[in-house]
Amino acid sequence: MRHLMSPLDFSVEELYQLLDLAEDIRSAPEKYAHACDGKILATCFYEPSTRTRLSFESAMLRLGGNVLGFASADSSSAAKGESVSDTIRMISAYADICAMRHSKEGAPMVAASKSSIPVINAGDGGHQHPTQTLTDLLTIRSLKGRLTNLTIGLCGDLKFGRTVHSLINALLRYKGIRFVFISPKELRIPSYIQEDILIKNNIPFQEVIRLEDVLPQLDLLYMTRVQRERFFNEEDYVRLKDFYILNKKKMELAKKDMLILHPLPRVNEISVEVDSDPRAVYFQQVQYGLYVRMALILTLLEISL
Amino acid sequence: MLNVGKIEEGFVLDHMKAGKSMEIYHYLGLDKLDYPVAIIKNVRSEKMKKKDILKIECKTDMLDLEVLGFIDHNITVNVIQNGSIVSKKKLKLPNEIVNIIKCKNPRCITSIEQELEHVFLLTDAEKEVYRCKYCEEHYNYIKSS
Repeated sequence: MRHLMSPLDFSVEELYQLLDLAEDIRSAPEKYAHACDGKILATCFYEPSTRTRLSFESAMLRLGGNVLGFASADSSSAAKGESVSDTIRMISAYADICAMRHSKEGAPMVAASKSSIPVINAGDGGHQHPTQTLTDLLTIRSLKGRLTNLTIGLCGDLKFGRTVHSLINALLRYKGIRFVFISPKELRIPSYIQEDILIKNNIPFQEVIRLEDVLPQLDLLYMTRVQRERFFNEEDYVRLKDFYILNKKKMELAKKDMLILHPLPRVNEISVEVDSDPRAVYFQQVQYGLYVRMALILTLLEISL
Repeated sequence: MLNVGKIEEGFVLDHMKAGKSMEIYHYLGLDKLDYPVAIIKNVRSEKMKKKDILKIECKTDMLDLEVLGFIDHNITVNVIQNGSIVSKKKLKLPNEIVNIIKCKNPRCITSIEQELEHVFLLTDAEKEVYRCKYCEEHYNYIKSS
């Protein structure tokens, strides 16, 4: 039995197989409509997340399975003081697979260690969000045709943004990747990622504050939201939340085939006028997220057609 | 000059940083065991100027000294049998340490679930970096010691 805690849990080859399966589901969804008949997915969301939870639920329903679960810690037994270890033992009796989101980092790992069913980390605090990374990889590979030889701009909250950290870790396994980090100095990429990951693996990168300075060189721009819930201080959040706003005028500087990705929800960092630009693929990204989660459920349940 | 008698079987932990012996006594759980222990503090040393020494009389298979590699891998561990040194143990950084240091990340699951063990894994032996098994919070022994 396997769990998914980090995108690095899959080897490069396993990842390609998963992305191939997601592509196949995308091209012929009817083939998979009953693949999970009789199976149950538990969505244990201790922290609210409409997007990820609905994506998981939709994925299981589209595979013919059923779903149960809770959408916040208040509506679960955690409100009565039950530990994650005890909750997962109970969930193991009710479901065949579990997607867990928790505000505390490492909670899904604790669950996996006590679980008799596969556990998927659906986001743990500022730590990991592997299914978002799988979504990003599928989107890039499908729309760019490759995961190699790319100059990737990561913009916004690079300090607390778990999607950014996960994506860097996943992408550095491919050849010809170059990163451009665009952030205010308060939200710079953590030094351990620079030193222990990028420098150690000889991955070229540069850090800048102004987005306009680097836009023309990017193959991909990954925008992120400055997340209020990651700040202990409201003043810092207010000061930094609108530091970057991508608009039509700035997009004139970008390559004609540059893609804009965003893990969503978007607040002000991408102006709505950019939505109609064919390079804005963040809503397609949501669709890819559904297919990759369907592929993941099938893989972890060891169901093959 | 203070004199402490020889032990027949057990360990002599030498070259401990002066003042560290009580800490190590607790790390090894010696306060919970019924072995005769001599704690010798501030002994003059040519190499270290001052050092601490611990003498523990016990069966040599009764004590797990792996944790010493994390606390200070410069400690010399002399294994004593029949009143003589029979070997010196080379200490190395353990791959995993359990309940020795606590994760200080307020966002870590260990901050709310009290029964969880605090487990740190060695992620960079060269830089002596440990990371929390759950949240990957960084702990650098060199900087912290």
